This record gives sequence, C-alpha cells and structure tokens, in this order.
Amino acid sequence: MVAVLVLVSLALLTVYFRESSGGGLHSLQSTGASVLKPFEVAANRVAQPFRDLAGWFGDLSTTKDDNKKLQKDNAKLTGQLSNYDSVLQENRELKKAVHYLGGPGLPRDYVPLTTEILSQPPQQFDQRVVVGVGRNNGVRPNDPVVSPSGYLVGVTTTVGAGTANVRLINDETSAVSVMDAKTGAWGILRHNDPGSAIIVDNIPKSDVVNEGDPLVTAGWKSGPLTSVFPRGIPVGTANAVTQTDIDPYKKIEVKLLTDLGSLHTMIVLVKKPSAR
Amino acid sequence: MIDGAKAAALVFVTAILEVSVFSDVHILGGVPDLLLVTVVAVALLRGSVVGACAGFFGGLIIDTATLETLGLSSLLLTLIGYWVGRYGETTGRDRTHAPFLSVAVVTFLYALGGLALRFVLGESAPARHILLETLFQDIALNLLLTWPVYAVARRLLPPPPPARAREGAPALG
Repeated sequence: MVAVLVLVSLALLTVYFRESSGGGLHSLQSTGASVLKPFEVAANRVAQPFRDLAGWFGDLSTTKDDNKKLQKDNAKLTGQLSNYDSVLQENRELKKAVHYLGGPGLPRDYVPLTTEILSQPPQQFDQRVVVGVGRNNGVRPNDPVVSPSGYLVGVTTTVGAGTANVRLINDETSAVSVMDAKTGAWGILRHNDPGSAIIVDNIPKSDVVNEGDPLVTAGWKSGPLTSVFPRGIPVGTANAVTQTDIDPYKKIEVKLLTDLGSLHTMIVLVKKPSAR
Repeated sequence: MIDGAKAAALVFVTAILEVSVFSDVHILGGVPDLLLVTVVAVALLRGSVVGACAGFFGGLIIDTATLETLGLSSLLLTLIGYWVGRYGETTGRDRTHAPFLSVAVVTFLYALGGLALRFVLGESAPARHILLETLFQDIALNLLLTWPVYAVARRLLPPPPPARAREGAPALG
C-alpha cells in the first residue's frame, strides 16, 4: 500500500514535470484548485481575526525597533479591534485600488483585475502566492501583478481556471528589467540571496544612478520580443549604490515601494486582446 | 471505515487551514506546518499505513491548492507518515515524548527532503535560508502546535484498547 502511494507520487511528479502547462495533470490540478477555492476562501474569512492577531505578534517581533509608541498603542487596541482592523485594511487597499484604477498610473492596453490572495505555499522555498483570478477571467501566464497602489509585485506563472500562481519580485528566480526614472540607467532587479536586500545589477559603471532615484520597469522591446512588464510601473527607490574596481557593473540596493508580506489584495494586469 | 473518514476529514481541514491561514503566519522568520504535525499525530495513533495515506492525501491537497509541482509534497508526506507510523507501532506509541520527538525530527527531514527534491527538479532550493535561518523557528513552532493537534487527533481517533482487553481476558487476581 505504502509502496503504491510512493509510486503514485513519483509518477505524478514525473508526469507533471515533463508535460506542458496545458497537459492533463495541469488541467486536473487546475480543476482541483477551483474545487478547493471555496474552502480556502471560507477558511480565510473564518480565520481573519486570528490571522490579524497572529500577524500582529509577528510584526511585533520584526518591527519593535521601528516605533515603540505605535506598538504600545497597538497592544491596547489590537485585542478589541482585530476584526475592525481587518475590515479597515481591506477598505484601505480597495480605496488605493480604486484610485489607481481611475488614475493615470494604469498602463495602457491593460485591463486591471483586482483580486485577493488565497494562499501561499507552506514551505519557504518560493516567494509565491495564489490569487483568486485565473484563465476564466482572462489571466494568462506572465501577466504583470501590481499592488493596490500600482507598485510592481510580481508576475503570474501557473494559471488555473479560477486561480493563478504569482511569483513575487523577491523570489529567487525572479528577474525584472528596471530603469532609473531620472537618468535612464538600465539594470536587472533580482533577489539572489533570501537573507539580503533586493538589488539591481548589470548597470554599466558609466551610467549614473543616485541614491533616492525612483526605479520603474523598463518595458523593453527588441524585434518581436517584448518585456512581460509594460514600461513605467514603479518598483522602488535606489537605497545604496556600490561599485568596485574589478566589477564592470555597479550594484544598486533597492528599497521596494510595497511591503510584499502585508498585502491582502493585488491587481493582475491583463493585456487587452487588441494589444496582444 | 469511520476512523478512515475521520482521519481524512481531519487531514482535509488541516491542509486547507495550512495553505490559507498558517502559511501566512510568519513568527521570527518561521512558519508553522499544521499539516505536517497532523500527519505525525495520525500516524502515531493509527500506524504506518494510515499515516502514509494521510500524508499522501494531505500532500495532494497542498500541491493542488497552491498550484505547485504535483506529487512533491505527497511523496515527502507519504514517507514521513509511514516512518512515524512505524516508529509508533514499534516503540513510540505509549511514550509521552513520542509526538514531540517525531515532530522535531520530521520537520528537519521534511525541510531536507524538500530541498533535495527541488534541487533534483532544478527548482530554487535556498539551502542556507531554509536550514540555517528558518529551520529552528519552524521546529519550535511545530513543537508548540504538537500538543493541541495531538490532543484533537487523539480525541477523534482514540488509540485502540490493549490486545488483552479486546479479547475479554479475565483479570488475574
């Protein structure tokens, strides 16, 4: 019995790994994810107050140096207002989204789809989340994903019928072409080491990047190839610029504009059919 | 049969809670793994075969819900369920420390196995981050979950009575 289960697992792994994203197992997984989606949404709703409370304790450990006064206030209020906090947070994100969707920051040729985060992989190998829109909503692999304020968050990878996997920009495998909005210097945004800051490298030494300069997606086009990200989505600011004598490129430490760990809502930018 | 349904329901609920709630709970860099602890509890209470089935079923739900590589979590949790089940059947079932010891060891093995499989598949496997920066926190959080999860599992799946009591053997005076 156990041997059968192990063999089935190995068979699933092998077939899944070898087949294309439109293969039978992927379709089956997508259907399964759609079936599980209502359970996940229900669990999210029920657990929201507890998550807020747990999140508060987590934040307490990481941000205790930031603001003692805020912590003290939070300690008084969180117990009573955990429910209210979650509603307020959702409202704040939706307000930002409404402002972004009606404003000039929305890239042309894209339709915004606002969605909530459904789940995250339990192990910390990847920086990915699952969102509640999928193929049925027009989402395709490699669609850009932004925060409610319009800051770059990641890109869709595996897309199911009603859900999609989003690879965040702090994932080890993520690479985004970005440019300094002031000087036009180009580079690649990466997060090679989970324990260190996100960086932009491959910027020639001759190019100028100043600390505090805003960084946006480069949105390059080379013949028939185009970047998956449209030009001009804000990503972060240059926090520190370093270069050495032996390295032909300079390296920029980036301060992201959005806290990827605290997002509950995201906007998937789906390319209009006419622009594909 | 009823036991199997109870175990399946328990694993289903914990897998859903794991992907939608617990995976988002980061405490000091660690993430509690409710499903792993549940599989350990079920395996200790019901043995290696049920433990392996619980691991397979739970892993399948995790991989499906998160759209991750299908079969990866199933394989690891199946092996863990079987191994903990064997430990329970042979030496650990009646020992108070068995759930805690099992959870601590399998959390380490689960992380190690996950890294190895991902490395083989060519996916990202940040070993330093997983083994040095978050593993101890993961183990501590899972140990904190062990007592309540084991208590719930024990209530749902009470251990079978000793063989002599089942056979109705008269007590020797």
